This record gives sequence, structure tokens and C-alpha cells, in this order.
Amino acid sequence: MMTALLALGVTTGVFVGLAAILLVAERYLANYGTCTISVNEGSAVLELKGGGTLLSALYENKIFIPSACGGKGSCGYCTVTVLTGGGPLLPTEVPFMTRAETRSGIRLACQVKIKENVEIHLPEDLLNVKEYKSRVSLIRQLTYDMKEVTLDLIEPTEIEQRPGQYAQILAPGPEGPVYRAYSISSPSQVKDKIQLIVRLVPGGIASTYIHSLKEGDEVTFTGPFGEFRLSENPEVEVICVGGGAGMAPMANIIYSIYERWPDRHCQLYFGCRSTKDIFYMNEFKALAKKHANFEVIYALSDPLESEEKWDGDTGFIHLSLDKKFSPVKKAQAFLCGPPPMIEAVMEVLETKGIAGADVFYDKF
Amino acid sequence: MSDVPVLAIFLGSIFTNNILLASFLGMCSFLVCSNRINTATGLGAAVIFVLFCTTVLNYVIYHFVLVPLNLEFLSFIIFIAVIAAFVQFVEMFVERFSPNLYYALGIFLPLITVNCAILGAALFMVIRKYNFIQSVFFGLGAGLGWALAIALMAGLREKMGYSDVPAPLRGTAIIMLVAGVIAMTFMGFAGMLSTS
Repeated sequence: MMTALLALGVTTGVFVGLAAILLVAERYLANYGTCTISVNEGSAVLELKGGGTLLSALYENKIFIPSACGGKGSCGYCTVTVLTGGGPLLPTEVPFMTRAETRSGIRLACQVKIKENVEIHLPEDLLNVKEYKSRVSLIRQLTYDMKEVTLDLIEPTEIEQRPGQYAQILAPGPEGPVYRAYSISSPSQVKDKIQLIVRLVPGGIASTYIHSLKEGDEVTFTGPFGEFRLSENPEVEVICVGGGAGMAPMANIIYSIYERWPDRHCQLYFGCRSTKDIFYMNEFKALAKKHANFEVIYALSDPLESEEKWDGDTGFIHLSLDKKFSPVKKAQAFLCGPPPMIEAVMEVLETKGIAGADVFYDKF
Repeated sequence: MSDVPVLAIFLGSIFTNNILLASFLGMCSFLVCSNRINTATGLGAAVIFVLFCTTVLNYVIYHFVLVPLNLEFLSFIIFIAVIAAFVQFVEMFVERFSPNLYYALGIFLPLITVNCAILGAALFMVIRKYNFIQSVFFGLGAGLGWALAIALMAGLREKMGYSDVPAPLRGTAIIMLVAGVIAMTFMGFAGMLSTS
């Protein structure tokens, strides 16, 4: 007994002593004085104590850039252009960069340490990103593994989002909080709340968290993010192709369109595995009755079970697109779903003359 | 107490009983950080420093804290904690005063913590019952020996960049072979002095 206590005491003593020495050393060694971060040619100048990472510096100053892994260098989302300062590209960043990106000075903010004055460049959009406190006001079970979650904004009370943008939900993870991106499914004219469609991924940190939420719970998120840009020209036809939870940005785009341009041409192609994965179909069919230029195509990729009733398309969604879509003069396409689906759909779109800047996609 | 002369321990730990080439401790960073002489000597210098300091520190803690209290069984935990803290210190130091070396060493700087050579030296010091002076020179010698080995290897690898290595042996395989040959060469020193 004595020995055990003694051992405990000695171990604790040694550990505390070492920690104290390290703290003193850190104070003198890792002291880089005050550094400044100049964002977008001085449109924002942040002053802070050096030694931390660029990502945490930006977050502390309420500049929310995308980041999913919490600064571990494993998601590769927190890219910024570093113009001066910040040291050389680290081996931890190399896997996320193309050579063109390396040359233009793109870095992962979580890997850049602030030890000197740094000049960075961010897309203007990101400066409008805010952190929102919100409350769960409605949860609807869409399918057996898919939930629609409505979040009423508490602070700030309004959000400006473009159709197809996404929010980053703060979820408690086993190794500290993580952010996970979910597309906003509520249309852009709705400003006091956002809606998400979340599929429960077994073992997923954020989807488990969101699926465990109850009405009234508070949720923190940052947003809006994303490069989807719906054309303001009503002559431009819109093609939406989604699979699974990839419905979210499509719902946003479609309802935003028909709020502003009741006669705009728009087609929704939605891929499911089987009838039990179908959701929102009746809502969209009702919308199609109101707006003659809106067309809804759902397709099931799994072979039909004997008890399933289905009179729509079967097979993968890009086949339906290939069959039903005839090339038009001006069109934009928005794709959201698993990578193989996106690739297949992009090939089809290319044969129809839609490619490059007119195609927006989000692989997950 | 061991009664081997201090000079013999010092030279022995560099050449005949080289901690890397005779005991094959600290192989991971030896294999990975030996492709350029600059990086290798930098890491070598860091290992010398850490190995020397932690051996001395661990000697003091072992003989003045653990032995009097009959807590020798704690040695592994205490040794590794001292090493870990010390490496943190060295990391801060290198980051501040030699950023280039810091970036060149990358992950291998913090990984000195788990460099087996460091813990190995502390444990050898205990097993071989060295006294304080002997431990000081053993720590220094073991560090120098490790640095010498990695510097040699880096020199050879820089030269090997120009040689026509048979395809199946390229990469780690040829390095292992070369390491083996260097180890055998070092064993040739064994006749010159004895450390038993």
C-alpha cells in the first residue's frame, strides 16, 4: 500500500515537474510576439499573438473557412491562399494540393503556423460566413435512415444563402468538436431558418449526433459555404441530379427557382435504390402540376422486389438523364451525390453539350 | 558498479557497440531521414542532444529518487516521460532557432520520443550498472554513434542516387543491405577495444 502511494506520488511529482519546465520553456521559446494577418489586401487586419495556427486565428476572429476535421490536416478543406509568410509547404499538406495550387500559394490553414506577419487571400464569400446559434424546431423522418431537420435561427436571426450552398454543423466528436458540411435544403427566400437532410451513416460522428437531436435542442453551425451559382437568367434551363441526401441542394434550388421564375424550365433527376428510399416525390409532383415547365424523374437502381409497386424509371439515374434530356441552348446542371454517380452523369452531360463552368457538383 | 574505463565506454558506444548498428535501435528514423546529409546530421544532432541529456537526467532520477524509494519498477514510465518532455523542449527550440531544420525533420522530430535508441540507452545504463561519469560518456557516445551511423548512411544514399541498383532492391531493400554492411564493418572495430 505504501509502495503504491509512493509510486503514485513520485510519478505525479515527476510529471508535474516536467510539465512546469515545459510551460516555462514555451513561454520563452514559443513567443513570437504580436503578428498581423492581412486578409484580402488589408480589407481585414487581424492582430494576434504568434505561435498558433492560421486556422485557429481565423476562427478566433470570426472568419469561418470550411474545415471538417478540426485542424488535424486530414480533410483538406481549409485552403487559403498565403501570399507572404507562413513558411514552406509541409509534407502534411502535399497530398491535398495539385501542382497548380502549390504554385499559386494555396495552403491548409490548419498547418500554417503564425510566426511572422502573414498576408492571405480568401474568396469574398467566406468573409460573409457567420456562426449561427439555432434551435431544432422540427424533425421529420423522411425514410428509414433519412431525417429532415429544421433549425430556427436564434443569433443572428437571418441568413443570406444562395441556392445549393451548405452549412457546417458543429458536432461533438470523441476527440473534440468537428464540423461537418450539410447542404441547406430550405429555399434561399426563407431567411429565418434552415433545413437539412441527413442520412444516418453508421459510425458517423455528425450524422449520429444530428439523428439524436430532439426538438428544442440547440445547434451551432457556420455558413453559408459553397460554390453553387444558379444563373439569374430565367432563359437558362436548370438540370438537377441528386442521389440520397444529395436531394438537399436540389430542393433548395428548385423551390428558389419557382418562387422567382414560375415558368422557368427545370428538371429534377433523383436516384434511389428502392421504393423505401423515396421521399419528397409527392411534393415535387404537386409542384410539377403547378409549374408546367418543371419535370420530376425518380429512378430506382435496385431490381424491384416482388411486393414493390413502381411505374417510374429503373436503372441508374444517368441512364434516365441520357434518355429524357434533349440538348438545349443554355443550361446549367447541379449534381450532388456519390462520386460514381457524379462521374457517370458528367459524362452524359458532356455528350449533351453541357460541361465546364455550367456544371456544379458536390461529391460526398 | 561497472569497472570498465570511461574511455572504453565512450569509444565502445560510438564504434563497437554502436546503439544503431549493433543493437539496431532507432531504425525507423534512421531509414527514413537518411536520404540527405543535411537532414541526417540535423536529426543526428538532435538525437545526440536528447540522448545525452535524457541519459543524465534519467540517471539522476533513477539513482536519487527511484532506487532510494525502492521504486525501480517505475523506471520505464519515468524514463519515457522524461524523454517525451525533453523532446517537446527540443522541438520548441529547433522550431524557434532553425525553422529550416524544423521543416526538414517534419514528423521525425516529435518522433524522437519513440526513438528506441533513447529509451534503450537509459535502460542499458541501468542494466550495465554504470556510475554517473560512465553514464554521461555512455549517453554522449551512444548519441554520437547514432548520429555517425545516420550521417554515413545519408552520405552513401546520396551517392547511391547515381548508382544502378537492381530493380527489386530499390528503396528500402538496398538500404537494409547497406545498413547490414555498415554494421558488419563496425563490428570490425570490436577487436580494437573491449567493453565487456
